Parts: sequence; structure tokens; C-alpha cells
Amino acid sequence: MNELQLLTWVRGPGLDIAVGIFLLGVVWRLLEIYSLGRKPDLSAPRHTSGASGLHTVFRRSLPPPGMLKRSPVSYIGGYIFHIGLAIVVFGFAPHILLIKSLAGLSWPGLPSQFVGLAAVVTMAAMVVVLVDRINKPVKRFLSTFEDWFTWTVTFLPVLTGWMAFQHLVLPYTTMLALHILSVEVLLVVLPFTKLFHAFTLFGSRWYNGKVNGHKGVPV
Amino acid sequence: MQGPLIDTLVRQGVSRRTFLKYCATLASMMALPPTAGRAMAEAMAASRRPSVIWLPFQECTGCTESITRSHSPTIEGMIFDMISLDYQETLMAAAGFQAEEALHNAMKDNYGKYLLIIDGSVPLGVDGAYSCIAGRSNLDLLKEASKGAAAIVAMGSCASFGGIPKANPNPTGAVSVSDVIKDKPIVNIPGCPPIPVVMTGVLAHYLTFGKLPELDDKGRPKAFYGETIHDRCYRRPFYDQGKFAKTFDDEGARNGWCLFELGCKGPVTHNACATTKWNGGTSWPVESGHGCLGCSEPDFWDAGGFYKALSMPADPLKIAAAAAVVGAAAGVAVSFANRAKKGAAKAAHETTTLADLEK
Repeated sequence: MNELQLLTWVRGPGLDIAVGIFLLGVVWRLLEIYSLGRKPDLSAPRHTSGASGLHTVFRRSLPPPGMLKRSPVSYIGGYIFHIGLAIVVFGFAPHILLIKSLAGLSWPGLPSQFVGLAAVVTMAAMVVVLVDRINKPVKRFLSTFEDWFTWTVTFLPVLTGWMAFQHLVLPYTTMLALHILSVEVLLVVLPFTKLFHAFTLFGSRWYNGKVNGHKGVPV
Repeated sequence: MQGPLIDTLVRQGVSRRTFLKYCATLASMMALPPTAGRAMAEAMAASRRPSVIWLPFQECTGCTESITRSHSPTIEGMIFDMISLDYQETLMAAAGFQAEEALHNAMKDNYGKYLLIIDGSVPLGVDGAYSCIAGRSNLDLLKEASKGAAAIVAMGSCASFGGIPKANPNPTGAVSVSDVIKDKPIVNIPGCPPIPVVMTGVLAHYLTFGKLPELDDKGRPKAFYGETIHDRCYRRPFYDQGKFAKTFDDEGARNGWCLFELGCKGPVTHNACATTKWNGGTSWPVESGHGCLGCSEPDFWDAGGFYKALSMPADPLKIAAAAAVVGAAAGVAVSFANRAKKGAAKAAHETTTLADLEK
């Protein structure tokens, strides 16, 4: 198999399989999680201002008082790499073209040099967050294989995409094929790891906020 | 027309100056040092014309058509007079037994020295019966002719990589020259067809230095196939700015914006179109408003469609809908299993009484 055949495979059957597993996993896990349910809380609800599902959705996006100072890398690094990922994934013209051909949605792209810069910033932030995880004894203690693994499968698509864009190390065709392949690995892994937070993030915040709001506790 | 080449040229009214200019141009196109132009001129002028045998296999004659379109006033065409083209079905006057005799005489007289040019792929299916010349299969002819060849030039994408005949489902079992011949130096000059100056440039290099030029991992001369179309494309700035033609007749297309979204394969195609252009430097596919097909890359014919951008799926998604349904079924099944588990736990729950605790 030469590199163009590999590229054609990852654009064809590979993508088909990856998107298939991704959809299967997402639908499965969403149904499973949201059908779990909970016993109804029969106590009389207590009303406190700021205690509701919606409040929690927004409040959890901001660091609690004092936490930014105690753990700046987690917050600032985390924010930078999430925003960077969004710019790279949804701002690069070829990506928009893929989304358009799969879902019919499209919007104007960003200049590719800007996206390239965002990719570098994203990777730098991810590396800083990783080093922090290794250096801080508590974080390291709490880390499992899944944490290292999900970091890797998130980092590789950005790295290979940027390397393809910049023509580094391998010929563009090979690098582009590896880039798409790494995204397909990410798609396959996403529904079954903690990366699923991309889908459950706001739902779980709402849930926690509502349960605690019933008790009159703003979380 | 035997004797040193320069005599032939003089007889044809080609001045020494024109010839030197031609050699200097060829040398610079191949990124050789300026002195190489003089070396080329000297080598070619003095050389006795080497025998060249051009065998057409499973092909469309597009490569021959292309090489005859070399720049007017056929300065590249002079290469035809620099070599002794002893067999070329399209261009030769002879036919039938005469042609076959010319071929066999050339092979015998120049054994071990002639340059063998192949265009077209070699069909292996049905014992090679899909393409025969004078009652013999291409496979037979190739094996026989390659024995006495100094080197082989695989002209065009069919000879280099199998080409259109090899496209799925490859009914004739077409393969490339390098799939059959393993013991001779082979240079691939892919393209559908290749650029005339690339063909003649490689021949001139061979005549001058007596060996093939430096090749990449696919056997292509690095001088012409070292860079991608995309990296040398004059529309590249529009790609970087995110300005794309969306259809072949919209404002973007009229403004000459990037053709990536219309399926241009420039980013993955190594060829010299963007720099040498076609038809005497007049234009080239992207300049005429059509994206690159990727014709100098192996398997470009099965690379997901000419009008699909590289970042788009090569095939329509087939299992996505089914996968979502299976996922939904699995989700519902697991939900019921979870509920049953909860129900069972509830049913198995034993109430602890005060009496139990006092036991």
C-alpha cells in the first residue's frame, strides 16, 4: 500500500468505520446515561438564589474563589487548549469542508496561518498541562492509564495536522493520511473514555446543579 | 543520418548558438549547474545517436501525442534527431513485417546499449492476451526487449504505475514495468501524459551523463518530481487566505482563487506543471481553471474522485445510519438491563429492624 492508497483508505473505508463506531458509541452511552434516572426527591424544595441547573452550568466554567491561584495551570492551560482546539477543528477551511460534506453545515473559515498559530498554542498548552500532571504529586497519584491515553489521542491529531500543514518530517501525503488516521482513532476512543465529556459536560453540570438546588445548595 | 549529432543539426539549419541555448535551458530545468549545459551540448553534439526503442503496450498514445507537442520550433523535437528512434509504431513509416524487422535489427545491433522506452501498462490476465503486437503478448515483448536494454524509461503513468488500465477492478490484470522487470535501471516518468520537456529532459540527461538522473522513492527524477503542485502553485496565497472557488463559474473561480474545494489534488501531487507549464509555457491545468487530478501519482485513478476535496470523504458513509441504530438498540438494551438490576436490588433489599440490631 503506497501513501496515496493509505490516504484514500483513511478518507474512505477508515472514515466510514470510525464514524460508525463513534455514532454507535455516542448514541449508546447517551441513552444509557440519561436512562439511569434517580429516585424522586420527595422533600419540599428549598429555594436559594443561584442554586439551579442553569446556574451551575455557567458557574462551573469559572474557577471557585482562590482556586485560580492554587492551580493556575489547570485553569489557564485548560482554557487555552480547549479554545485552541475549537479554533483548529472548526476554523480550518478543509475541516469545515469535511463537516459540510458529512452534516451539510458550513461557515466561513479562518486564514490558515492563524489556524496554524492556534495549533502551536494549543500544543504548547497541552504539553504544559501534561508536565503539570507529571510534576504535581497529587495529580500524578490520581492519574490512571486512561488519562495518559486520552491526552495522547487528543494531542496526536493536532500534532500530525500541524506537521502536515507545515510539511515537516514526512511527505505531505503520508502526514495527511496519518493525521486523518489519528482523528479516526480519536473518534473511536471518544465515546468510551473520559473524552465523552464533550457530550455530557453540560448535562452533568445541570444535573448536579438541579439536585443540589433542590436542597438549596448552590454548587 | 549517421555521424555526430552536430552535423545533423547544422544540416537542418540549427545554429550552434540555438543548440547551446537549448542545452542550457534543459540543464537549468533539471537544476544542474550552469557548466552542465555546456557539458550536455558537448556530449550530445559529439555523440553518435544512441538507439532508442519505444514499445507501446496497453496505452492510449497520449504520451506519444504529448512528446510530439514539444516546444516550437521543435527545439525539444530535435531530440528525435539526436537519438536513433528505431521503433515507434505511431511515428514510424514502416508497418507489419518491416516494422518488426526494424525492431529486431535494432535490438540485435545495439544489444546492451539501447534505451528502451515503454508506454502503457502490461496486462498479465489471460496469459497477457489482452494486448498483443505481432501475435505476441506485451509481457513476452517486454521481457525480450529488456534483456539487451541499457536502461528502461517507463513513459507515462500506465508504464510507471499501471495507470487507468489498473483502475478498479483491473479487468486485464495490468501492472507497471517495474512490477515485471527487476534487473534493469528503470526511470519512471509518470503523468497522463507526462510533460514533454520532462520526457526530453530525462533523455538528454541520459545522453549526456550516460546514466539516469537522481530518482525519488517512486523512481521519478527528483529534478521534475521533487515538489508538489500545491507548493509551487501561483494560486497558493488564496489557499493560505482561505479563499476558495466553490463552483467552476462563481466569483471565486473568476478571481482565480484556490481550487482545493473543487477537488484539486495539488497538495499530494509531485510534478513540474506549475513551473514548466504546458504547450511551450502557455498554461497548465490549474491556470486554465481546473484542479489538478494528481495524474503523476500512483493510484490517482482510484483516489476518491477528481472533484472531491482531499479533506472530504472518498466514499459516502455506508454504515453510519446502521451504526447509530445499533447504538440506540444497545443503549436501550443496557438501560433495561440496568433497570432490571436496580429492580432486583430493590427486591432483594432486606429491611433491618431494631430486633436485628439487638441480636
